[in-house]
Amino acid sequence: MSALEPVVELVRGLWTTLKMMVEKPVTYQYPEEKREVRPRFRGRHILRRYENGLERCIGCSLCAAACPADAIFVEASENTDEQRFSPGERYASTYEINMIRCIFCGYCEDACPTEAIVLGDNYELSFYDRRSSIYTKDMLLEPVPALEMLTPQKTEPGKYNRRSVPEMNDPQD
Amino acid sequence: MLSDWTLWLEWLIKSLFVIFALLGGFAYLTLYERRALARIQSRIGPNRAGWQGILQPIADAVKLIFKEELVPAKADRILFFWAPVITMVPSIILAATIPFGPKNVPLFGRQISLAVADINVGVLYLMSIASIAVYGIVLAGWSSNNKYAMLGGLRSSAQMISYELSLGLMFVTAIILADSMSLYEIVEKQSSMWFAIIQPVGALIFLIVTLAEVNRAPFDMPEAEQELTAGYHSEYSGMKFALFFMAEYQKMIVICMIAATLFFGGYREFWFLQGTILSVDRFWWLGPIYLLIKVVVLLFFMIWVRATWPRIRYDRLMSFGWKILLPLSLAIAFITAAGVLLAEDLNNPIWIWTIPIISVFVGVFTVVMIYRELRRKIYERA
Repeated sequence: MSALEPVVELVRGLWTTLKMMVEKPVTYQYPEEKREVRPRFRGRHILRRYENGLERCIGCSLCAAACPADAIFVEASENTDEQRFSPGERYASTYEINMIRCIFCGYCEDACPTEAIVLGDNYELSFYDRRSSIYTKDMLLEPVPALEMLTPQKTEPGKYNRRSVPEMNDPQD
Repeated sequence: MLSDWTLWLEWLIKSLFVIFALLGGFAYLTLYERRALARIQSRIGPNRAGWQGILQPIADAVKLIFKEELVPAKADRILFFWAPVITMVPSIILAATIPFGPKNVPLFGRQISLAVADINVGVLYLMSIASIAVYGIVLAGWSSNNKYAMLGGLRSSAQMISYELSLGLMFVTAIILADSMSLYEIVEKQSSMWFAIIQPVGALIFLIVTLAEVNRAPFDMPEAEQELTAGYHSEYSGMKFALFFMAEYQKMIVICMIAATLFFGGYREFWFLQGTILSVDRFWWLGPIYLLIKVVVLLFFMIWVRATWPRIRYDRLMSFGWKILLPLSLAIAFITAAGVLLAEDLNNPIWIWTIPIISVFVGVFTVVMIYRELRRKIYERA
């Protein structure tokens, strides 16, 4: 019955599409049901802290230098023992990322000597005007578990005056 | 008789009922199509507006109404305005003669037949109105002053002319089987057996031709996106576009109603339910429900075909219409007429069953001939 083959093929096509109707849809109901991102996903940046609440960022501007889109702006200031933000001499008094310019390449993450800036898993970055596309330090900084760990902290003199770049770990995924 | 104001009122109410049924049907057909297509493509489809997307048509309507209406600078403004209306109106008045329930229903103390107009040449009315709708499409394509729109309109008219012939012959087949042009007669004749079973090949041709008539896939040449942007309605936006959209979907519904009426028993119950409690003779309100079920199933067939088969090439569309469907329809009409004559002359209704047997044989023969022709062409090319 090879002469009826064209008709058989047409009907087989119909059968294929009909079978799909009983299959489970692949849709995620997005705002209610969010999808797990991959471990190496590059989302919104986070400025991390040490366990005692001090900021990792030392205001070195290496991230700003590495940024191919010129999206990062860092301004550094001096730490004192009375008003300590981060270990070492300096901290970032201004840290801004322009999320319109950012291309989420992750070079800032690679450039950072203290592993202060990392790209997180948040991809919900919508805003209504360009002004709110600039994410300031307050928005990027990791929240602290306890109120007394907030920066600036008053620290005992001489404890954090030394070199502030910690031992680097091998990256783990 | 015509001075009786209650008669006018009856007509008015029936017309309004049909118009609102079609408008509501259009709205929910869009939702039905989107949901069904989505399920076939492993998606869910619109389910946000209201419960399971039940308010989606309203959201769509609001969007379309508030959109800006653009008129191309060198368009023919008068025709550009009237073309959507000329497309829209036939798609609604087409439904006027289709019965959606039995004759002589006792309602409000009078005998009401559930069709807007019960005229004895209903089939002729359907044929004439069905071909008017293409005027709007051609005028839209011409008045837009856009070559894509123009090509869409031209394709539409050529396609309509080619497939109208087979459509007419299938109407003739139903008329021969029913021995009447009245749609009520046609439906009542099918209470013991559907014409789709007596004439299966005819019903199949009718379904194929209706796809071409309402410009649906795989015959959606006038609005082939990849070739003509949007075809005849490229330049239309806002409410004018919505009118084209409405006309297309209402034509789908109405043509499915016609198919159900001519070949699938119309508002009558399924033939094996005859005489049971589910019969239309028992409860008249089952009539519209049966018609609705049949229309929904036929519409699903249209959506299903759209999701499955690719659009066919334009020259093949034409040669399919003229070289295959037209001779086949002629043969089918001839076989039907001969079978009915045979049954009458020999006074034995068993002879009516020669019709399906010979028709199926002719259908298979046609497919074999197409296959051989295609094979020959392939070998010539090689």
